[in-house]
Amino acid sequence: MNVNLGIDIGSTTVKIVVVRDGEIIHKRYERHFSKVREKAVELVRDARESIGEDASVRCAITGSAGLGVAKASGVDFVQEVYATRKAVGVHVPQADVVIELGGEDAKIVFLTGQLEERMNGSCAGGTGAFIDQMAVLLDVTPAELDELSRGAERIYTIASRCGVFAKSDIQPLLNEGARKEDVAASIFQAVVGQTLTGLAQGREIKGDVLFLGGPLFFFKGLQKQFQQTLGLDKAHAHFPALAPYAIAAGAAEYAGGTKSEYTVASLLEALEKAADAPIVAQYLPPLFENEAQYQEFQRRHGVHDVMTENVTVYTGDAYLGIDCGSTTTKLVLIGEQNQILFHHYQSNKGNPADVIREQLTKLYELCGDRVHIVSSCVTGYGEALIQNAFGVDFGLVETVAHFRAARHFCPEVDFIIDIGGQDIKCFKIRNKCIDNISLNEACSSGCGSFIETFARSMGYSIEEFCKLGLFAEHPIDLGSRCTVFMNSSVKQAQKDGAGIDAISAGLSVSVVKNALYKVIRAHSPDDLGQNIVVQGGTFLNDAILRSFEQEIGRNVTRPAISGLMGAYGAALHAKDNRPAETGLIGPDVLAQFEHTAKSVRCGLCENHCNLTINDFGGGRRFISGNRCERPLGKGEHKELPNLYKWKLEKLKSYGAPSGRPAPNGTIGLPFGLNYYELLPFWTTFLRTLGFETVLSDVSTRDMYQQGQHSIPSDTVCYPAKLMHGHIENLLQKGVDAIFYPCMTYNLDEGRASNCYNCPVVAYYPELLKANVASLQQFDFMMPYFELTDHKRFIQQAAKYFCGKYPSLKKRQIAAAAEAAYQALADYYAQVRDEGQKAIAYADTHGLEIAVIAGRPYHVDPEVGHGIDQLISSFGLVIVSEDAVWQLTDAPEVHVLNQWTYHSRMYGAARYVTHKENAQLIQLVSFGCGIDAITTDEMRAICEDGGKIYTQLKIDEISNLGAAKIRIRSMLAAVEEGRKLAKQS
Amino acid sequence: MQSNPKTKIHQAGHVPFTEEMRADYTILVPNMLPVQLGLICRLMKNYGYRMELLDTEGQSIVEEGLKNVHNDTCYPALLVIGQLMDAIHSGKYDVHKLALIMPQTGGGCRASNYIHLLRKALEKNGYGFIPVISLNFSGLEDNPGFQLSKTMLVQIAYALLIGDLIMMVANQCRPYECVAGSTDKAIEICMEAVTARFTGDRMVRYGEVKHLFRYVLQAFGKVKLDRSQKKKLVGIVGEIYVKFSPLGNNNLEKFLLSEGCEPVLPGLMDFCLYCVYNSVIDHDLYGRGGKTAAIYKLVYNFILSKQNDIIKLMKKDGKFRPPMPFDEVRKKAQSIIGPGVKMGEGWLLPAEMVELISEGVRNIVCTQPFGCLPNHIAGKGMIRKIRETYPEANIVAIDYDPGASKINQENRIKLMLSSAE
Repeated sequence: MNVNLGIDIGSTTVKIVVVRDGEIIHKRYERHFSKVREKAVELVRDARESIGEDASVRCAITGSAGLGVAKASGVDFVQEVYATRKAVGVHVPQADVVIELGGEDAKIVFLTGQLEERMNGSCAGGTGAFIDQMAVLLDVTPAELDELSRGAERIYTIASRCGVFAKSDIQPLLNEGARKEDVAASIFQAVVGQTLTGLAQGREIKGDVLFLGGPLFFFKGLQKQFQQTLGLDKAHAHFPALAPYAIAAGAAEYAGGTKSEYTVASLLEALEKAADAPIVAQYLPPLFENEAQYQEFQRRHGVHDVMTENVTVYTGDAYLGIDCGSTTTKLVLIGEQNQILFHHYQSNKGNPADVIREQLTKLYELCGDRVHIVSSCVTGYGEALIQNAFGVDFGLVETVAHFRAARHFCPEVDFIIDIGGQDIKCFKIRNKCIDNISLNEACSSGCGSFIETFARSMGYSIEEFCKLGLFAEHPIDLGSRCTVFMNSSVKQAQKDGAGIDAISAGLSVSVVKNALYKVIRAHSPDDLGQNIVVQGGTFLNDAILRSFEQEIGRNVTRPAISGLMGAYGAALHAKDNRPAETGLIGPDVLAQFEHTAKSVRCGLCENHCNLTINDFGGGRRFISGNRCERPLGKGEHKELPNLYKWKLEKLKSYGAPSGRPAPNGTIGLPFGLNYYELLPFWTTFLRTLGFETVLSDVSTRDMYQQGQHSIPSDTVCYPAKLMHGHIENLLQKGVDAIFYPCMTYNLDEGRASNCYNCPVVAYYPELLKANVASLQQFDFMMPYFELTDHKRFIQQAAKYFCGKYPSLKKRQIAAAAEAAYQALADYYAQVRDEGQKAIAYADTHGLEIAVIAGRPYHVDPEVGHGIDQLISSFGLVIVSEDAVWQLTDAPEVHVLNQWTYHSRMYGAARYVTHKENAQLIQLVSFGCGIDAITTDEMRAICEDGGKIYTQLKIDEISNLGAAKIRIRSMLAAVEEGRKLAKQS
Repeated sequence: MQSNPKTKIHQAGHVPFTEEMRADYTILVPNMLPVQLGLICRLMKNYGYRMELLDTEGQSIVEEGLKNVHNDTCYPALLVIGQLMDAIHSGKYDVHKLALIMPQTGGGCRASNYIHLLRKALEKNGYGFIPVISLNFSGLEDNPGFQLSKTMLVQIAYALLIGDLIMMVANQCRPYECVAGSTDKAIEICMEAVTARFTGDRMVRYGEVKHLFRYVLQAFGKVKLDRSQKKKLVGIVGEIYVKFSPLGNNNLEKFLLSEGCEPVLPGLMDFCLYCVYNSVIDHDLYGRGGKTAAIYKLVYNFILSKQNDIIKLMKKDGKFRPPMPFDEVRKKAQSIIGPGVKMGEGWLLPAEMVELISEGVRNIVCTQPFGCLPNHIAGKGMIRKIRETYPEANIVAIDYDPGASKINQENRIKLMLSSAE
């Protein structure tokens, strides 16, 4: 009797399939909780009976964590996508495309036409583990998440590139009261998006599509989103019962062709041998050598405690501090001696308002008539919501709250690092002012919740999990990049058979390294400061605290209330600023408290923000998700000068129909990247030559999605990705041709050693031509031009245009070029002029100026996500870098300064250092490689000139929460600085 | 390639390498290509420069890189700077008698900035006094003690051609060698022979170089091979550092060998030719620098003719696969990408893929650092089109960075190999 056995060892599960005579006689699916080898043995033992003792067995192992087992046991290994292909051939032969999602892998196989197999690379979003993680975030089981998704009414935009980004999109939605049903469906849609952009990469998915893997089998909501997005009917979308086992089945199929024969006993023996195989990996020194060392460590940290007194015995005035964080809500009530009377720490379960209502009710009961809450203050992500819901007296930006608390424990504090569930915040204190703020924005925001999810997936609580690592002899070195990469490092460690203690310790070290080298980018302990205060719930774990001290080689202060620092700081602030009468709602109103939320799309401007309207009963309402004041209905709001807005309107005006005759036809121009600067030039040039120019619409999310399928590199910056949508948009408009020149060189403004464009701006047309299928048969004009020298340009343009359109003469080209140069010069002059006006306005009205330094295309509202309006809403006048760079001399820079756009930013930073009421905000597109170089320089220019440097990373995510914190902290620091300057 | 002479550039922190330093300074060279760079280092010694090619490896290099370079900077910068800082910290060298060298093309890719990032790192660590020499041919920086005369440049070009030849034939021997290590031995013999000729006190004439070409072919002809088992040919292209450097690509060549493949790498001279020819293209496309273009055209043709000699010799010898003449490679790319794409590896990258495919090497690993800007366009951006034009092509793009795990990379390569013919 011949039996073929397939074992699929994935990142989270082991699957086994036994095939006899082409029929599956046994299959099983189990989580391995990182005990990879033992689980494999267990599953084979379990199958022993159905295989039969004297059957001749052929076996193959597959899966991302299977290689190590295969190597150690000598059993054949088959690459997993290859195994998938095998399975498909046997079980669903008509399939054209296979989409397979696993625990941490995603794969797509194109079977018809040109065979192509793709799996997720180093950026691993949109997989089963991602869905699990999101379920934890919503505090539901994955099955409940699926259930919820079916009640969805709308889909929110959630970044699809990687789990970490998606998480930071979902968090604010939850905090601001979005419906869980809608969020659940949006999560599935994000997975679909990731699969299509990350994997399909320009190839269309059509025909019969076979969906495999656990998630695609178990989650009906995910199935629905895939079907809808791909436009597949029932007959073409296949969700077979075999889905979770497909790869194992493929491995069994493959096993049929292998040479080694086993009996079930000899196979078990080989696998068992593998289970005892020695471990090879990279190790770190242990966190603690022995128990004594640990005790000394505990004693040292024991002293930073705070006095407590029970609220039930205290009598007098009290001050309430609330920290409504991204995953947890914290409350602290303090008395006149700053002693803690009451505190509470709880996961906010997606609805912080509920948590606070509950706790406040409890608190009022405890207070009775003895304790009077006379002042209150709220901080954190949910600050605005809670302040409105409960009539809290003060809203404090969280950085300031943390600083206030840290000062209480360590008056000399000069550096604070807070690692919370979702985020890392750290800031330097200089002259008693918050000076430098680093937040983890787009990348690596995993931190505490990352470890937590890991712990849970292995069946532990975070505390237990971290403790496991304390005395690990050989912590595994897991690398130090973004948490998504850590996932694969853990996979590798598991493959090598690492124990859970070694992984736990390794993760603690990784989180710390991430914070140090990725967020703070510290070079030495002195870079941080002399007196370091660490806080945030994550630091309550001794393993992480220890890793931190080991890594920086210095002892730090961890207050015992490390997880409550935000709330404690808020309470202190409330006490410092006691109002005449508190606005906090009393017990009676609280009893009536009701919270309902509904979402609508704002129609007041082209941003079309997703608004969430929270109603708390009693006429109290709070609207969130808005980027400007308009939907709040505060009546006529005086608009401050905003150059970003002005530029966008101005550039759009170049797209208005000219009304001139266009004998040579219509030419489409994609409104993105360097067209955001060169539009005046090219429209004038082409129109003078007798073409009508048609501009693609201003970017939107929808437009992005229309072009998404042809993006070949998913790590390129968002502004570039948007170009695919612009091309589709132009094609829909029915233009005769599209003109999009390649430009190695930008304009030479004499400030840099060369005048390059960045490679992406320079050559994106080449990429479009090669990847957008509909351009193959279309007149897509992408000549190489350089504009620095008029004469040379005319020469080159004549060669191109007179060749292509014989009716055009060189002198016409020359005339058109001169008109175009003039139009561009006029545009520049107007930008500068408008800048001067804005600055003058700020000066006469005593306002602060925000110089936003970015690239011209950051004006695109889909790229900048309305950050300009957000900044404007804080009462700042907005000026762009191209309006001010020429107002000062060129600063000295320590890097090769050879890109025109970037060189302007240096000038803008320099300008800010000379202008008292101006602050610099640098916009950085995620994935912009050149900004990795400019940011350090920009910081140096600002700081050498005594200014605060603020950087905002912008991405596909339209989450303005982090940006808000940054800007408010910056403003608070500026104010504080002025106050101090006045005092001295 | 041209810098802007009109502009006064504000650049700080440049410690020049002076004439006096030449006498007793050791110049550390980050490793990229053991054979070619090793050869040049030995040769430079004969010309009075003490150059040392670093052969260090290990996690400490990555750690140094992470500590000293912005982590979003490309992986090669991180490794190169990490390797140099690691060497400085090793205690092996007198830091006051030490200089570093770093190539700089001056192209529009951020790689031109490595040298500045290195200087920043040095300053941060209190080594601001260590001179860093920019190895460039476009007058970006000046070092009185390290000026390569035309004669020397010609000598280096010769050495490079020989080095490429050694690498090429060695790669064709290693997978089939009967006695393990015999290929590496042949490399050593050839390197010795070359170094013995380039004595530094006289100009090595081309006739001698041609003799050395033959010598290399003979030396490797003697390596005993067993070709009974057919091996899959796998081309390696991509960003220049991760393509060549074992440190950058997790020992890709070794991995391919262990998978029963024969790795095929285009030579380093291709990259030089690409850089040289870009000046010619700049003139064609934009009318830039006619004079420079004319000079570079001469250089280009000079090297081409030498490369053709090698090809002729290899054909005559008959034992090894010769490369495709570079000018043909260049032209082949034009059906895929415009010749104006000149940042990073630019058009050279698709050109090399096309070269490999037309030479029968259909399986290709396209290596790049995570988030490499030019490779968005010229690498990943062109794969679709190359496959449309050459349906038999089997290409996999692999990203390298400090966090990417080897298992993922190897899995992807195995996947590509599993559908290899």
